[in-house]
Amino acid sequence: MLSTKKLNKRFGSLVVAKDIALDLPRGVRYALIGPNGAGKTTLINLMTGMVRPDSGQIFLGGKELTSLRPEARVRQGLARTFQINTLFPQLTALESVALAVLERQGISRVWWKSLPGYREAIDEAHDILVSLHLKTVANRLTRELPYGQQRLLEIALALATKPRVLLLDEPAAGVPKDENAELFAAISGLSRDLTVLFIEHDMDVVFRFASRILVMVGGRILVEGSPEEIAGNYEVREVYLGKARHG
Amino acid sequence: MENGRPAASEYFQRQVRWHPLEYAVWLAALLPFVLTPSHLSLASQIAITALFALSLDLLVGYAGLVSLGHAAFFGMGAYSAGLIAKHYWGEPLSVLLISGIFAGVLGYAMSHVIVRFRHLALIMLTLGFGLLLHEAANSASALTGGADGLQGFKYTSVLGFKFDMYGRAAYAYSLAVLFICFLVTRRIIHSPFGLALRGIRENALRMPAIGAPSLSHLRKAYTLAAVVAGVAGALLTQTTSTVSLEVLSFGRSADVLVILILGGAGRLYGGLLGAVIYMVARDQFSGINPQYWYFWIGLLLVAVVMFLPNGILGGLSALYKKTQ
Repeated sequence: MLSTKKLNKRFGSLVVAKDIALDLPRGVRYALIGPNGAGKTTLINLMTGMVRPDSGQIFLGGKELTSLRPEARVRQGLARTFQINTLFPQLTALESVALAVLERQGISRVWWKSLPGYREAIDEAHDILVSLHLKTVANRLTRELPYGQQRLLEIALALATKPRVLLLDEPAAGVPKDENAELFAAISGLSRDLTVLFIEHDMDVVFRFASRILVMVGGRILVEGSPEEIAGNYEVREVYLGKARHG
Repeated sequence: MENGRPAASEYFQRQVRWHPLEYAVWLAALLPFVLTPSHLSLASQIAITALFALSLDLLVGYAGLVSLGHAAFFGMGAYSAGLIAKHYWGEPLSVLLISGIFAGVLGYAMSHVIVRFRHLALIMLTLGFGLLLHEAANSASALTGGADGLQGFKYTSVLGFKFDMYGRAAYAYSLAVLFICFLVTRRIIHSPFGLALRGIRENALRMPAIGAPSLSHLRKAYTLAAVVAGVAGALLTQTTSTVSLEVLSFGRSADVLVILILGGAGRLYGGLLGAVIYMVARDQFSGINPQYWYFWIGLLLVAVVMFLPNGILGGLSALYKKTQ
């Protein structure tokens, strides 16, 4: 579904992406792991167009995205969330998600008609909030929501774009460990047609929710495999898990 | 999934519905006819300034853009109305519309540059465009009359009502145009596009990540705001039968921003309240000591920004919510 060919990116002398070639099939749950500074977030930025690659190509469902602007890639079906909440503080949860739905439908250009007339879009936004257990806070301002619900709203906004591929940058970042089960339960409950790639540091979560794991080190994909293969991979233990244990 | 859907759309309907206080405000706008019939020309000035502030609110309060050159559009409308009346015809309504469109075209052209910038660069850019237009009008004195202003034309009546020396028709006309433009702006604010503008204001980084064409939204906002500002400028020309170079001045751009911040940006009525306070204060204080009246405006501005970050209307609305 989503694939890259020989993606390269340097920031000055720092190589953040080196010959990255990926092919993520439909419906698979990928975990992207690797030590800090391995280039995981940069890879998401490259795929979504927020950072331009020095060379290489990006495809979604066979269509090349490399020259498209970020918003055009979203309309092609490639959505993302952010590690640090990137929300609309003074909009309510419902308004935020409705906005994303309206943008997808191309209705957000309409300035001469009143919002309540778009019942379908509002209902859809409402249903997305229900599916992520945010119904009770739908009419509260985003900035007033508890942090965990803001993390869910991050995902709700991405889902409202009806993506084919969803890239989640540390969806549980900052959420206490005993509370992130709800978050990942929501993620694993997403449609099986949707390809999901998530960055995550908590190995328990990774091994529970991922069907495939990508290990990134120093801007390269070190290895890709099933959780069992990764768990048994000596190189991964040495380079990544070993290092991480020493901080 | 049906559960709760009606409540969701009820939320949006509630936002759009008229508050009783809104009716009160517009009825109160009729009071000058009865209470201060000798000050109707001031009332017209207030209505025109309020309309100008309303147009800026679309950019500052809703899209989150700053502008120090908004007089460019006001001036474009004012000169358009003056020149059309001088050289072609003097039917107010058609000229008002055309002047608005001219200002909108200017806004659309400028927007292609302006929406790519933010913060300090945006302030300097809008300031620069404003100065450019001011000096262009100044030097093109054959067309605009330069520093002497544009005279020698007359709008005599609107829909059969003559612009008389008491200013009754002028205020009725200004107020009606303000009200209609207000209704249009109110609709814009409560449209899908209005929600998108608030989205840009709240988080410009997130907008592309939900597939939003932010730059195109902002260009449209600029164009719409320019049309309304142009209509305000044309109104001034039509009710005073003269155009001075001041319509394009930096002072006018700065004043309207002060008015909006004083009243409260992002609340539709903020600019209206700001215009009333500012214009009445100017009328009163400049009667006492004309040189120093900006002292009082300065004091008011400092006090409001320090203690009422959402403007006077923001403060009032917080107070109102507390008493509920």
